[in-house]
Amino acid sequence: MEWLTEFPDLGTSTLRNIRLTVDGAFREFTRAYGESIELLFEPVKWFLINSEDFMTETPWPLILLIVAVLVWLASRSWKITAGSMIVLVAIGLFGMWEDTMKTIAMTFVATVLAIIFGIPIGIGMSRSNRIQTLFNPILDIMQTMPSFVYLIPVIMLFGIGKVPGLIAVIIYAIPPIIRLTNLGIRLVDKDVLEAADAFGSSNWQRLKNVQMPLALPTIMAGINQTIMMALAMVVVASMVGVQGLGQQVLRAINNQYFTLGVLNGLAIVGVAIIFDRASQAYGKRLQRHTEVVHG
Amino acid sequence: MAEQHTGIGISIKNLYKIFGSDPAAYIDDVKAGMTKAELNDKHNHVLGLKDINIDMPGGGIQVVMGLSGSGKSTLIRHINRLIDPTAGEVIVGDEDVVKMNQLELREFRRHRTAMVFQKFALLPHRTVLENSVYGLEIQGVPREEQEKQARRWITRVGLEGFEDNYPNQLSGGMQQRVGLARALTNDAPILLMDEAFSALDPLIRMDMQSVLLDLQREIRKTVVFITHDLDEALRLGDRIAILRDGEVVQQGSKQEIVLRPADEYISSFVREVNRGRVISVEMVMTPLSAEPQGMPVSRETVLEVAAKTMTDGGEPMAHVVDSSGKPIGNLDINQVIAAMVTPVDHADAA
Repeated sequence: MEWLTEFPDLGTSTLRNIRLTVDGAFREFTRAYGESIELLFEPVKWFLINSEDFMTETPWPLILLIVAVLVWLASRSWKITAGSMIVLVAIGLFGMWEDTMKTIAMTFVATVLAIIFGIPIGIGMSRSNRIQTLFNPILDIMQTMPSFVYLIPVIMLFGIGKVPGLIAVIIYAIPPIIRLTNLGIRLVDKDVLEAADAFGSSNWQRLKNVQMPLALPTIMAGINQTIMMALAMVVVASMVGVQGLGQQVLRAINNQYFTLGVLNGLAIVGVAIIFDRASQAYGKRLQRHTEVVHG
Repeated sequence: MAEQHTGIGISIKNLYKIFGSDPAAYIDDVKAGMTKAELNDKHNHVLGLKDINIDMPGGGIQVVMGLSGSGKSTLIRHINRLIDPTAGEVIVGDEDVVKMNQLELREFRRHRTAMVFQKFALLPHRTVLENSVYGLEIQGVPREEQEKQARRWITRVGLEGFEDNYPNQLSGGMQQRVGLARALTNDAPILLMDEAFSALDPLIRMDMQSVLLDLQREIRKTVVFITHDLDEALRLGDRIAILRDGEVVQQGSKQEIVLRPADEYISSFVREVNRGRVISVEMVMTPLSAEPQGMPVSRETVLEVAAKTMTDGGEPMAHVVDSSGKPIGNLDINQVIAAMVTPVDHADAA
């Protein structure tokens, strides 16, 4: 009765052969194309390094001012702006300014890239059910696959460094913006779309004048989610060499520095709250014309 | 720049629409006489429109009336082909809309038609002015010209001062004025109105009907107006077509509909109508055989007005004159009152 308690697997040697073949093939692929792929990511690296340099080399009062202005423009709320300032000053006082700036730079670059790639994919999914059925399982995999797993091939290709960390962050953080772009466009009022058609809009005019503006609040919710998930990934990204708050957390774990861990953890939370409140308030402001004020 | 469109006529010929997964497979059966119920039960396809033939003269208001599910909204969407027909022709001017390719259709929609919707369908993120210019904007008209036209029509529909408001700041009636301004700014010869006033309160609806009639005197567009309300149909329509279960059951002038309802279905509507305001003296007079008697009334006068004029003047008899003042018939006050109160059954009229 052993065949009932032991699942009849393929056998050790077969499995080993499969592993060896796939690993070998991928190693071959890495050797053959590794350099050209790395070259392809050169602009991303440039973008990341420049953002980091900007955040760390700009005088801190100027950064405070820029953040205050951006938060104010997005939220139009004194409370949120003042809260952001308090959080940043506290972070500075506890000596985490530089790491925080690096983390913000990383999150910013990851979010921008997620938007650049995510929105067109989302639009594509909204336009065709076939593309949607193709992408949905891929997005599921990206969100549930443990990030260490896809870090393996990324590291094999790029080695340890900023770019593989960034790729891992983007893979993890891009699904919400894709999904919510798709959803937002699909939820656009059919009557308004019909009106756009009746006046003779081309596909592009329909997208630009009707679908995107009406889907924007939903897309903003996606961007908000993407930012949050990018921040959640900084610790994992630090394992492959991304500097910033995550690295300090990692150091704290390895050495059992309780205070260091808590402080850096709280700094991540603080940055997350600033991003979240500002982007949510912005999203809410975008919705103000769709709410019925007059019965 | 109120252009006098001489009016582009619309002629719908043998139009069929079947909804379902494979409409083309059943079109011949339907043409051979398969009923709506049979098509639905046996083949799970819905017969939306069946052999529609309507000639809409240019420059007039054609009302298509029917209850919900009669296919009236489907029909109006065939004119600018928001819905593709299963078979038939839609001739606008001298072009068949059904045969146009995507590019031609887009041009047709931009320059020949404008549409007003039951649920307004305004762009919520745009102001009244930005909504109104939409048609011209996508045509690529210079911004200055767009706004000039839009402002003129916004004023014309009574929304001056609201140009920079957003739709959600306006009441339903005002929103539909924006819908009307948007359609008029497009300056197309054909105006399609899909239950445009149905979502409005009765008083505001009357108000909007007056706005439309007023405008129409000036712009003379070919208006296709969809409604489920017979009073609205009679008030607006130069010609009325009545739709039931996807078929035209009767079409003609409003007087023809009221005086000679084609079947029990239509008579049941017509019974509720204030006949005194619809029927003209011309329809009930005795053609001139004797001397013209009493006071003159013009041929288009409706019964209610004629009765009031005659009783005010204390005259039991009147004679009907045509536009040149020539007498064409005699009228007895009893005739007038009888026509106002007798509900005509289709059986009596036949």
